[in-house]
Amino acid sequence: MNRIKRAFEGHKAFIAFITCGDPDLATTKACVTAAVENGADLIELGIPFSDPTAEGPVIMEADNRALAGGVTTDDIFAFTKDLRKTIEVPMVYMTYANVVYSYGTEKFMQKAADAGIDGLILPDVPYEEKEDFDPMATRYGLDLISMIAPTSENRIAMIAKEAKGFVYMVSSLGVTGARSKITTDIGAMTELVRKNTSIPCAVGFGISTPEQSRKMAALSDGSIVGSAIVRIIAEHGKDAAPFVGAYVKEMADAAHQA
Amino acid sequence: MTNANGRFGVHGGQYIPETLMNAVIELEDAYNKYKDDPEFNAELTTLLNDYAGRPSRLYYAEKMTKDLGGAKIYLKREDMNHTGAHKINNCLGQALLAKKMGKTRLIAETGAGQHGVATATVAALMGMECVVFMGKVDCERQKLNVYRMQLLGAKVVPVTTGTGTLKDAVSQAMREWTSRIEDTHYCLGSCMGPHPFPTIVRDFQSVISKEIKQQMLEKEGRLPDAVLACVGGGSNAIGSFYHFIGDKSVKLIGCEAAGRGIDTKETAATINTGREGIFHGMKSYFCQNEYGQIAPVYSISAGLDYPGIGPEHAYLHDIGRAQYVAITDDEAVNAFEYLSRTEGIIPAIESAHAVAYAMKLAPTMSKDQIMVITLSGRGDKDCAAIARYRGQNLTDD
Repeated sequence: MNRIKRAFEGHKAFIAFITCGDPDLATTKACVTAAVENGADLIELGIPFSDPTAEGPVIMEADNRALAGGVTTDDIFAFTKDLRKTIEVPMVYMTYANVVYSYGTEKFMQKAADAGIDGLILPDVPYEEKEDFDPMATRYGLDLISMIAPTSENRIAMIAKEAKGFVYMVSSLGVTGARSKITTDIGAMTELVRKNTSIPCAVGFGISTPEQSRKMAALSDGSIVGSAIVRIIAEHGKDAAPFVGAYVKEMADAAHQA
Repeated sequence: MTNANGRFGVHGGQYIPETLMNAVIELEDAYNKYKDDPEFNAELTTLLNDYAGRPSRLYYAEKMTKDLGGAKIYLKREDMNHTGAHKINNCLGQALLAKKMGKTRLIAETGAGQHGVATATVAALMGMECVVFMGKVDCERQKLNVYRMQLLGAKVVPVTTGTGTLKDAVSQAMREWTSRIEDTHYCLGSCMGPHPFPTIVRDFQSVISKEIKQQMLEKEGRLPDAVLACVGGGSNAIGSFYHFIGDKSVKLIGCEAAGRGIDTKETAATINTGREGIFHGMKSYFCQNEYGQIAPVYSISAGLDYPGIGPEHAYLHDIGRAQYVAITDDEAVNAFEYLSRTEGIIPAIESAHAVAYAMKLAPTMSKDQIMVITLSGRGDKDCAAIARYRGQNLTDD
């Protein structure tokens, strides 16, 4: 059984996003380890991009810090391979189309697979453009994760039918970042997804409190948190790992109890 | 020229977040419904003629022709349009389309401020709300245009991320669109971004080459030998080229901004220094580093200071139909001053890039050959910056 599927077994999953190299790779390793020790079931590793058009200010600034620190895609492959020696939960990369395309799509997929990566999230690659990436991801055993948004409506069935790994449900309009309220009917979205695929679906964008984590996990198969974790890393820098661990514990417990 | 999936050869496409997919599909459906609709086109033509002042003149630049001693030079005077640039052609079309779609709010990015001013203008005209995203650096170097937009009732949002220039303004406008789609149309200012924008913008700008062709046939009884236009995203250039693409005898030349030179990092010459990539919704050529990080480009011209180029230009380059040359800041500033003194026409610093290449090319052509330079905009907005470039400060701050 693949690792991503296993992450959703037994209970609702908690998925944590961390930008690689923010502020350096040693901190990223400590934060990922702390997140996993405290209950994260799947890790999204962000490969920073200079102009992340789907991100709000928090992750945008993390990308800037990481790139200013000089981290490259090759550094991240080596880092992931090393991380995989101690981390057993599934890990997926989250980055932008140009990072993969410019590196050479096949070379990227091959190196990602070799580093122990399970999947790939590309927020600027919708269903219509996945042919550029999906066949090559599949060849190297990686799942190209599909996203579904509150505006997807008539597109949900089409996307879900071909989705791999898990379905990433975007909770709200707009970019990544904490929101006080999520108004989308997540339950209805989940129902539509489930009608069309047996793979799990998790909700991300805007989740920052344990209550939101529990609620979103209850309405789907898991909750995804990015900006709220990245904000902790921004605040504590190289000493962020214990703070990330404590926060993930609360958020993961909430999701697991859902 | 566009394939069904919005491709120009391998370029183009729709590389955008899922959240925006239904919005661009809705836009494409609306465009397909209205583009050949006689009523829509009659309305647009009336606006273009009576409001924007079309057709723009094709002016024989006799002094410049004699001075350079080669090809006969005509200037396509898009600088004479209402709001002072070609941008109004596209804005009127898109705003009218947005209105038909029931949208009440326009958002836009702007570099030099010309597209922002044009969008703010049509928003005022059509009673729509308007928000313009403009890089912080550009807000500073184009203060006059910021004021014009505000005067027209638009809200100008300075963008502080990245290099604080056009690419960051585009990114921020895209982010804003993902958060508010229902009542909002993103009035994209160049022939770039996700399909259907490159096609829509090109079609609305193609009035330029349609007129050049008619006017040239009237004046000279034949087609020109070369058409020159400056290229950032490339909307005035694609508009100037479009109706000549099938006329193989007409050389099409796009003039990119080399900034301080294509051998330096301070350049925005995408075709000359970039490579294929995916950004801002499209596959095309981009200035980027070896890991695909978008380069912090530079040009004295805020309107050409963009790390990408529209996908149809990328395609015309690939098939060798159009040629893309790079013009430095220095050459553009010289051309800015040259045209002012020679013809009494102050061109936009963007357009001065095309004038600069004409100054090199015209003397190599024979006197019975004809060249058209599109003057995409007028240069009033640039006077302070050019003065500064020459070491003279026109403002007190």
